[in-house]
Amino acid sequence: MKLVEHFESGLDAPICLTWELTYACNLECAHCLSSSGRRDPRELTTEQCEAVIDELQRMQVFYVNIGGGEPTIRPDFWHLLEYAVNHQVGVKFSTNGVRITPERAAFLASPACGGYVDVQVSLDGATAEVNDRVRGPGSYDTAIRALANLRDAGFADAKISVVCTRENIGQLDAFAALAEEYGATLRLTRLRPSGRGADVWDELHPLPEQQRELYDWLMARGEGVLTGDSFFHLAAFGEALPGLNLCGAGRVVCLIDPVGDVYACPFAIHEEFLAGNVLTGGGFQRVWQDSPLFADLRSPQTGGACAQCAHYDGCRGGCMAAKFFTGLPLDGPDPECVQGYGEHSLNELSLAGARSIPAASQDHSRAVPTRNQPVLLKLMTRPPARPPVSDCAENPLAGWTP
Amino acid sequence: MILDEAWRLSPSVALRPEPFGALAYHFGNRKLTFLKRPELVRVVEQLADHPDVRSTLDAVGVPEGQHPAYAAALEGLADADMIRPRSEEDR
Repeated sequence: MKLVEHFESGLDAPICLTWELTYACNLECAHCLSSSGRRDPRELTTEQCEAVIDELQRMQVFYVNIGGGEPTIRPDFWHLLEYAVNHQVGVKFSTNGVRITPERAAFLASPACGGYVDVQVSLDGATAEVNDRVRGPGSYDTAIRALANLRDAGFADAKISVVCTRENIGQLDAFAALAEEYGATLRLTRLRPSGRGADVWDELHPLPEQQRELYDWLMARGEGVLTGDSFFHLAAFGEALPGLNLCGAGRVVCLIDPVGDVYACPFAIHEEFLAGNVLTGGGFQRVWQDSPLFADLRSPQTGGACAQCAHYDGCRGGCMAAKFFTGLPLDGPDPECVQGYGEHSLNELSLAGARSIPAASQDHSRAVPTRNQPVLLKLMTRPPARPPVSDCAENPLAGWTP
Repeated sequence: MILDEAWRLSPSVALRPEPFGALAYHFGNRKLTFLKRPELVRVVEQLADHPDVRSTLDAVGVPEGQHPAYAAALEGLADADMIRPRSEEDR
């Protein structure tokens, strides 16, 4: 049995576990994959989080990717970070940088973290203009300040984490230059139509020619650039990019959300992919090892419509979440299939009036927008049907339509 | 020639048993490596118990014809600091 087949049939514990610590966030990014904003009152307590870390240690999950929301705004974040590191669970956390002060940067660089901590600062544009349109006003400056604080504190090798969009694919060299400037490593990942990403995917996902541009750039300049294994659908262009090149959902990856729900992957926060909760008897281990959903994901997949394609061995049908949230069948092509089959399927479904995008099963977006809301999320303004009426309108019949 | 040298598992490395062999994780450089054969896992685990690599391979029951392949695999692990040469004071 080849190694990849072992992965497909699932491991005793995940290799790569994402843990969103909170749905609370100071930003309201247009494409947030977890529809974050408001804290969930059922959020795991500090003690419950420690119990999860204890269990990860027992299962030898060597590191977790911590995200959110914005994990650093949890008051116990720094405590949990140290707790994990002291229990042989390394931490890689994603942040928009809001709490990475010079003091925190110094702590992260200190022996207390023992080199077990990785910091990923999210940046979705190499310029404030491109970044802030998606992530909100001021978010570029926040991220750059965090990167500068980390560099100045002597924190080695922070990551600049970029979600590749239609608007920033042309900035790949500029991102690489930023990484160089801050002594950081560039990490590029794929935009998923998950969470609020579903609302902006049609507008933001890279165009077919940009996919090619990205692939060529990764081939030419990608050495030392991390991709979180997220571009395996591009393998159908030819040579595979480094990484596992398979959908790891429920097989080698999964997600624990802020309330302890376990989903098949970080991009699949939807009841369809909910495997259980860490607070139920048996905890995370039982969910990982015994959930019927994960058993199903680990059973042999047929490849469906893609099985006859010459490139199937390369892309393995692409990303499950990308298909699900764009309304495509799970055993068909990825919406960004580089052979164009996904686009074709989407067009056919749309023409037949049969494209239905699954409704979100949960949403922690802020009910009332704040000043941090990015431009992309501005409420639709409809041109008024008749001239606006003000208090000082002269005509006594103003505003009255017979 | 690595076969005649004394090696051991790096102190920063943890092994997690898996159906195909084991996952080796290095807490220092955060490299993750897959040991794709149960025999290789046993070799790595027992390196410190034997005077050199060759006697470890013999103890685990790796046929002599496969020694070069195992030596190559171990050299790869050494490059990632998964295993380290054993110095005099380790003995």
